Amino acid sequence: MTEQYYLSSSPHMHSGATTDKVMRDVIYALLPACLTAVWFFGLAALTTLLLCVASCLVAEAACLKLQGRAQSTLADGSAVLTGLLLALNLPAAAPWWLTVLGGAVAIVIGKQVYGGLGYNPFNPALVARVVLLISFPIQMTSWTAPLASASGVDAVTMATPLGEWKTAVMLTSKLPAVQPADYLNYLTGNMAGCLGEVSAVAVLIGAAYLFWRRIITWHIPLTFVVTVAVLTGIFWLVDPTRYPDPLLHVLTGGLLLGAFFMATDMVTSPVSSTGMIIFGFGCGLITVLIRLFGGYPEGVSFAILLMNAATPLIDRYTPPRKFGAVGEVVR
Amino acid sequence: MSVLQEFSKGLWRENAVFKLLLGLCPTLAVTTSAENGLGMGLATTFVLLCSNSVVALLRKVIPPQVRIPAFIVIIASFVTVVQLCMEAYLYSLYQALGIFIPLIVVNCLILGRAEAFASKNTFRTAFFDGLGMGTGFTLALFLLGAVREIFGSGTLLGVALFGEGYQPLLLMILPPGAFITLGLLLAAMNRFELRQK
Repeated sequence: MTEQYYLSSSPHMHSGATTDKVMRDVIYALLPACLTAVWFFGLAALTTLLLCVASCLVAEAACLKLQGRAQSTLADGSAVLTGLLLALNLPAAAPWWLTVLGGAVAIVIGKQVYGGLGYNPFNPALVARVVLLISFPIQMTSWTAPLASASGVDAVTMATPLGEWKTAVMLTSKLPAVQPADYLNYLTGNMAGCLGEVSAVAVLIGAAYLFWRRIITWHIPLTFVVTVAVLTGIFWLVDPTRYPDPLLHVLTGGLLLGAFFMATDMVTSPVSSTGMIIFGFGCGLITVLIRLFGGYPEGVSFAILLMNAATPLIDRYTPPRKFGAVGEVVR
Repeated sequence: MSVLQEFSKGLWRENAVFKLLLGLCPTLAVTTSAENGLGMGLATTFVLLCSNSVVALLRKVIPPQVRIPAFIVIIASFVTVVQLCMEAYLYSLYQALGIFIPLIVVNCLILGRAEAFASKNTFRTAFFDGLGMGTGFTLALFLLGAVREIFGSGTLLGVALFGEGYQPLLLMILPPGAFITLGLLLAAMNRFELRQK
C-alpha cells in the first residue's frame, strides 16, 4: 500500500487567504495614502512612516523574545501594518519620540499584552493614537499646511477643516465660509490633517483594491459613512449656519481612512453581516455625536474603539447562520 | 503562625493590592502621585490597625447576626478620626484625596480583614495582621503612585527628575494610566514569581 488517503472533516475548500497575504494586501492598499502623504508633507511624512514601522517591528520582536515565542510571526506583516496605520494617524510634524513611543504602545499595550495577533480586542494602531492624543494634546494637534516647502518655509501651521469649524462655532456660533474650491482640496488631500486622512482619493483607491481582493466587504464602511452622512445631513438641513454639510463631514477628518482601513480590522469587528451593519452604524453614530457635540473636533478613532469594545456583545447576539441550518438557531 | 509571620504575609505573599486585588477603588483613583499614594496608604493602615484591634477585642461581645453593621460602625469611627485629623493638620493632602477619605469605610480590605481575620483571632495576632496588611497596602500604593508620577509628571515626591525638555505622559496620571500601570506591575510580579519557582 503506497497510496495514502487523507481524511479530514469539512470544510475542504480553502480560499487561500493566509495572514501574510491579507496583511500584504492591506499594506499595498495603503501605499496610495502613504505616497500622497509624502507628496503633500515631504520628508517629514516619510520619516514618520519609516520610524513608526521600525518602532513597531522592534517592539514586536522584543515582546516575542520576552515571551519566549518564535520570531516567525514578526515577518507576517501585522506589525508593519500597525506601524503604517499609526503613522497615517499622526500629524506630519510629530516629533520623533512621539512616533517611536506610539509604535511601542501600539504593539505592547494594544496587542501583545492580550496575547498577540488575533487576541487583541482593540485596534492596536487606534489604541496608540488615542494614548498619544490624550497624553500629548499639543503635539498631536499641531497641524502643518501641506506643500509648505513650495512657499520657501519649513512648515506653516494650519487648522484642520473640522478643527476650524469647531473653533469658529464655539467663538462666533457661526460656520466659517467654505469655498466650492475647498472641496476639491478635501478630495485630493490638500488640507491640514493626519498623514493618511487628508486625501480622500488615495484612501478610496486603496479601498477599491481591498474590495477587489475581497479583503473587506461593504457592510462596515458603507454603513459607517452613510450613517455619518445622514445624521450630519439632518443637522445641516435644520441649521446650515451652524452645522457643516455632510460632504465636508465625509471628506475631511479620519472618516474614510477609519471606515475602510480600521473599522474593518478582522480581529476587532463582528463576524456576521448583521453584526457588521450594527457595528458600522454604531461607529457612525458615535462619530457624529463627538464631532457635533463633543470636546474633540474629530471622533472617528474613539468611535471605532468604543465599537471594538461592543464587538463581543454584537457577535453574541448575531451568530452567523450555520450551514444547512433551518429556522431558529438554537444556542 | 508567629506574630512576625502574621505581619510579613501582608507585605508580599498576601499583599492586598498585588495578590488579593482588594481595595482597588482607592488604589486606582488616588495614586496620581507618590505622595497621594503614601497618604492614602497610611490613612488606611491607621484605620485597619485600629479596627482590627477593636474587632478582635470585641469579638466575643458582638452578636454574629449583626456583626457586619457593628464592624462598619467601628471602622467608620476611625475613618472619622482620620478625616478630621487630616483636615486639621494635612489640609492639602485632605483636598487631594477628597471623597476617597470617607470612602475608606467601604474599603473591602478593611471589612475583609475584620470579617475573615480579626473576628476569629486574638488581639495580638489581629494587631500584627492589620499592621502587615496596612504596610503592604501602603507600599503598593506608593509604588503605583511613584510610577505614575514619574511618567505622568516627570517628578517623584514633587522633585523634578528630568530636564526641561521632558514631555509628561499625561495619560499616566489619568484613570486609564492607573489600570495600565497596575496591569503591567502585576504582569511583572507574576513573571518574577514564576522565575523563582
